[in-house]
Amino acid sequence: MKDRLQAWFDHRTGLETAIRKFLYEEIPASSGWHQVFGSVAAFLFMVQAFTGALLAFNFAPTPGDAYNSLRYILTEVTGGRLIRGLHHWGASMIVVVVVLHMVQVFLYGSYKKPREATWMVGVVLLLLTMAYGLTGYLLPWDNRAYWGTVVATQIAASIPLVGPYLSRLLGSVGDIGVVTFARFYGLHVLLLPPATTFLIAMHIYLVRKHGVAPTVEDETLPKKKFYPEQVFKDTVAIFVAFAILFTLAVAVRVPLERLADPTDTAYIPRPEWYFLFLFQTLKLFGGSLEVVGTVLLPTLAILALMLVPFGDRGRVTRVTQRTFAFAVVLLVGTGWAALTLAAVRGTPQPSAAAQIDFSQPTDWMQLSPVELAGIGYFRRENCQSCHTIGESKPKVGPDLANVGNRRTGAWIIEHFKHPEVMVPGSSMPAIHLSTAQLNSLTALLLKVTAQNAEAMQVAPTFAVAGAMLYQEKFCGSCHQVNGVGTKVGPGLNGVGNRRTTTWLKQHFNDPRKMSPDTIMPPYAFSPTDMDNVIGYLLTLPE
Amino acid sequence: MPPETSRRRFHLTVIYGLGAVITGALAIPAALYLLLPPRLRQKDEWIDAGDVSKMDLKTPVEVVFRKNRLDGWKLTSEKKTAWVVQQPSNTVVAFGPQCTHLGCAYHFEDDTKQFFCPCHNSVFSLDGRVVSGPAQRPLDRYETRVQNQRLLLGALKESNGTSA
Repeated sequence: MKDRLQAWFDHRTGLETAIRKFLYEEIPASSGWHQVFGSVAAFLFMVQAFTGALLAFNFAPTPGDAYNSLRYILTEVTGGRLIRGLHHWGASMIVVVVVLHMVQVFLYGSYKKPREATWMVGVVLLLLTMAYGLTGYLLPWDNRAYWGTVVATQIAASIPLVGPYLSRLLGSVGDIGVVTFARFYGLHVLLLPPATTFLIAMHIYLVRKHGVAPTVEDETLPKKKFYPEQVFKDTVAIFVAFAILFTLAVAVRVPLERLADPTDTAYIPRPEWYFLFLFQTLKLFGGSLEVVGTVLLPTLAILALMLVPFGDRGRVTRVTQRTFAFAVVLLVGTGWAALTLAAVRGTPQPSAAAQIDFSQPTDWMQLSPVELAGIGYFRRENCQSCHTIGESKPKVGPDLANVGNRRTGAWIIEHFKHPEVMVPGSSMPAIHLSTAQLNSLTALLLKVTAQNAEAMQVAPTFAVAGAMLYQEKFCGSCHQVNGVGTKVGPGLNGVGNRRTTTWLKQHFNDPRKMSPDTIMPPYAFSPTDMDNVIGYLLTLPE
Repeated sequence: MPPETSRRRFHLTVIYGLGAVITGALAIPAALYLLLPPRLRQKDEWIDAGDVSKMDLKTPVEVVFRKNRLDGWKLTSEKKTAWVVQQPSNTVVAFGPQCTHLGCAYHFEDDTKQFFCPCHNSVFSLDGRVVSGPAQRPLDRYETRVQNQRLLLGALKESNGTSA
């Protein structure tokens, strides 16, 4: 019955015959582990398409909303962080694997006659991979995305003759905004995927048409079948790649910076790691020579890559005898590594406020300075070593989530001072903090719920330290933050949009110099304190 | 078993085994991602719908109010309505404005003193019970609270069964 059904189906569609033909292809005896990279790259492309579609289901492709919807994916949607992690690291891995695939083909000289077209289609696929990286980089619409794309589109605009047209095409005349975003998104999800699919199909068709490139030894050896032995090797390689990808997605957090801010003058843009070598090349050519770095060299490199099969037309030799090819790979690899390393080492440490990770809840930003300072005392007194906040695994002390429903502030403060008096038999040690500090810790505890516990844990150290200093120096006597404090001095929410770090620093040192009529006294903070308090002020939401 | 066959069998097992693992590792998170409800950060808020003492609630009043709704990544302020009526027991009840049959907007008919849905002729009594028509469930109700003469409306709770 099953056989008849299968036969009926195959007679109508030819699908089974086609699959058989594809799988039982004959390949040279020398085929093996070194040829797995092409399959891995194709697999990773499918993972990108799959995770990309999933992300698109919860993504609003327009600036501002894009950022909010990505934050929604990361902080609200189950598995959202994993899916984004897979897509993010998959992009990097696909670049690595495509390059490894190319290096293997290059070393073996598999591009030789009649396989020139296969190689050239491959080069175009490499360029498409880069194009995905470039267009996808903008889509989170955080500062990193925005400023990285500003640089990239400016480079495109600087190309002689075609520059202005390219800018118009990318919608990046003047400022980057909704038009550029729509163009990049359109390219990333509508144009590039079908183009890639078509070229991959063509690439595989060409591989099949010419057969897998044989080596010298293969002339005397009998051929073998693609399935199952080579498919087995491909599958194992795919699995290893997938395991690495999955681990990266789970273990390495992909940060989201703050919402793109075109007025941020302190931001230091950097491209994705695989573009860093280009970025560094640019620095080598200044002034009127810049076009060498932006256009000439990259164009020449792509041309050279395209024309490789026509430059190396000798007969097929053993891979071990291709010393020149090895030398080229070594040279290019070293050059790439040196440029990338130089770029990494030339990257200054970003400011504390620029390092806040918005891919996690940022409820701590809504806390008053007193409450935020409480996190500092909570950490300093190691409260978490005995207490949980809404976690399931119990610890020695009671869970502190929603403690405000059970206890009053006065009770909590008294309990800090004399735990055994308030709760007979308690093993909690008395907390020796000043009254203001105890108030602060209590204010925090009254606010803690199981829902915002994570946000409390991720509050960055510099902001907490800044809030502690803010409380210590009674800044709240004159200033208001998140609705708490007085309005003698200016409110501090959104101060980062009005003032720069330098201005704030000078203002602390000598307020009169910056604003002549102020009654604010000068504050001689230590460098660390200064960084912390300014870092904290810059995080305050508008 | 000849070595050639067992080798082949090993290869096939690995191919389909690893293939299944990869498929599962992608399909399960994808299913959770699409099917599980997102974590809720916003609790339902109580909306002030007006001064009860100034409403004549012997006959149902259509109250219009604005309410914030967390729609995915967006917080939107929406116009909402409720039919507010005082029950014989003196409790104030606020019905959701949609018929429980297929979601049409119903209205109150003065002459019959009943709620009537023009789509498929469902009729509800003043306490929300189904009098006639295709509707199976009584009208949905908002959580209500009266504080200092102000009528506060909470979440819209779906009614169940046929009891009002």
